[in-house]
Amino acid sequence: MGKTLFEKIWDAHIVDTIPDGPSILYIDKHLIHEVTSPVAFEGLYTRKLQVFRPKQVVATPDHNVPTIDQHLPIKEELSRLQVQKLTDNCEKNGINLYGMNHPYQGIVHVIGPELGITKPGMTIVCGDSHTATHGAFGTIAFGIGTSEIEMVFASQCLLQSKPKTMRITIDGELPKGVTSKDIILYIIAELTAGGATGYFVEYAGSAIRALSMEARMTICNMSIEMGARGGLIAPDETTFNYMKGREFMPKGADWDKALAYWKTLYSDSDAKFDMELNYKTSDIEPMITYGTNPGMGIKISKPIPANESNTKALEYMGFTAGEKLLGKQIDYVFIGSCTNGRIEDLREVAKVVKGRKKAENIRMYIVPGSKQVEKQAIAEGLVKIFEDAGIEFRQPGCSACLAMNEDKVPKGKYCVSTSNRNFEGRQGPGSRTLLVSPITAAAVAITGKITDVRELL
Amino acid sequence: MEKLNIVQSSCVPINIENVDTDQIIPARFLKATNREGFGDNLFRDWRYDDNNQPKKDFILNNPTYKGQILVGGKNFGSGSSREHAAWAIYDHGFRVVVSSFFADIFKGNSLNIGLLPVVVSEGFLADLFAEIAKNPATEVKVDIQNQSISILALNKTEKFEISNYKKLCLIEGLDDIEFLLSKKDKVEAFEKTHVIF
Repeated sequence: MGKTLFEKIWDAHIVDTIPDGPSILYIDKHLIHEVTSPVAFEGLYTRKLQVFRPKQVVATPDHNVPTIDQHLPIKEELSRLQVQKLTDNCEKNGINLYGMNHPYQGIVHVIGPELGITKPGMTIVCGDSHTATHGAFGTIAFGIGTSEIEMVFASQCLLQSKPKTMRITIDGELPKGVTSKDIILYIIAELTAGGATGYFVEYAGSAIRALSMEARMTICNMSIEMGARGGLIAPDETTFNYMKGREFMPKGADWDKALAYWKTLYSDSDAKFDMELNYKTSDIEPMITYGTNPGMGIKISKPIPANESNTKALEYMGFTAGEKLLGKQIDYVFIGSCTNGRIEDLREVAKVVKGRKKAENIRMYIVPGSKQVEKQAIAEGLVKIFEDAGIEFRQPGCSACLAMNEDKVPKGKYCVSTSNRNFEGRQGPGSRTLLVSPITAAAVAITGKITDVRELL
Repeated sequence: MEKLNIVQSSCVPINIENVDTDQIIPARFLKATNREGFGDNLFRDWRYDDNNQPKKDFILNNPTYKGQILVGGKNFGSGSSREHAAWAIYDHGFRVVVSSFFADIFKGNSLNIGLLPVVVSEGFLADLFAEIAKNPATEVKVDIQNQSISILALNKTEKFEISNYKKLCLIEGLDDIEFLLSKKDKVEAFEKTHVIF
């Protein structure tokens, strides 16, 4: 019997298997940031150990960095201390760090692909649940906890039980106003916030094939929001074209050799998945969430479903079952994060806001995913378009996605956001988040209320 | 890691589904560079009001409910991979979390620090919540060696799953790092033939 893409990569990384226990999985690349790594380093030092394979670790500060005045020392003491700890720990262990003023700094899941650190067939881990982003390249990439970070530091391996496999096939052309974000919000709404727990998901089908790499990253990024361990997509010409020439990609004959291997990375036609699901793009509309987990999503034109398990969420959000969201006034718009903070996202936003003005009732940030995205957005004139529309363009970081820095949404305020989580208080204590695509967020910024972006296209 | 074998205790019930790790410990409390004190901020925004005063209606502020066993609704621990969530629960004094369904990363993180996630059937969970509602002193016994959980007053027992490896780790207080370090020769041998492009 043939193998799934997941199994091909998994099997190539098994060092050993414990009888009636987990396997020792070898990790090719370990990405770290300032928030979940310090305790792992401390644990290592307590055991009088050093990082085993420092060349396979890449570090950048992103979670709690400010998004203005990044050339100045970080004002908030605890954040400054965490970033300093990361710097010290990287120096001490010989780890490559893209620090605050390095031209490659950015959200860890944005810089990995853009620098060519992320490659097909790899195992990649990071102390962050959105590590599945890298799965868009045909990698096994997943989020880990701090104890596991310490394990990878110590041994370059993890003890892992093999997850079940699921294939989600999406066929058809994208309807007007529907983006990859809408596809994944639709799938999560169908499966619920825990519906893929225990599975590693492969996304397939003509709709996925037609997506750019950055759009594919958005899909894989949110795999965790339905509980999946990770998500991945088989590499193809789109993948290879995106990767070629990037800084850490192999060059010349090495590229050819790697390419020959990467082309073997797909699920065999007779491979068996533990679960198979099929969707059609014609069933998808621009999506929006109304509740307090990413599974509580609806087509933007539809009413909020009446469902007993929604009661607590609706009370928090200040909505009622049966009502429509269209036309509701919004206070904040956030565009950014590892889900939608890449250059293509900013280009799409610019197309919508060009020649228009931000509504007066909206406070808005656009936060680029990395220094390189920031530079590119300036070079392409996107930032000029944003500024002409009255929109604030900031410096890279995770920002208001999780509000660890100053970029917070106040209590009770509504924020339409391109990020990945609408949990209670996610964007600041008492904040109310509605997840959407970048173009829907742009439409809301212009009208000041929940809007069907198709009216503005 | 502290050893864990048998836990017999009353329970603290949080009968809510999809309790995400942002609720267990909000992101703004993740700025520490050591592992201490996270229990103080466990369920911070459900537990304290805007003036940092305990909210009377939240279960952790109700002295009637106490014990080493936290009982949660299904899909407990979803969302962020922050191990701080498991640390906060452990630091508060819990040693077992019971639910019908856990998010994967939370489950792994908990096992790695000596906090046991016990998966029970929907029916068992419903009975447990009902029994605690009737009598807050309801005792539950969790026996790792026998992989069993019992609601003592109901004389109701269910088996739960855990790999022999993880069972040994909890009972002996061993962690994965020691094990992985003992396999270093195998890792180095693997690296000799493993290609990373």
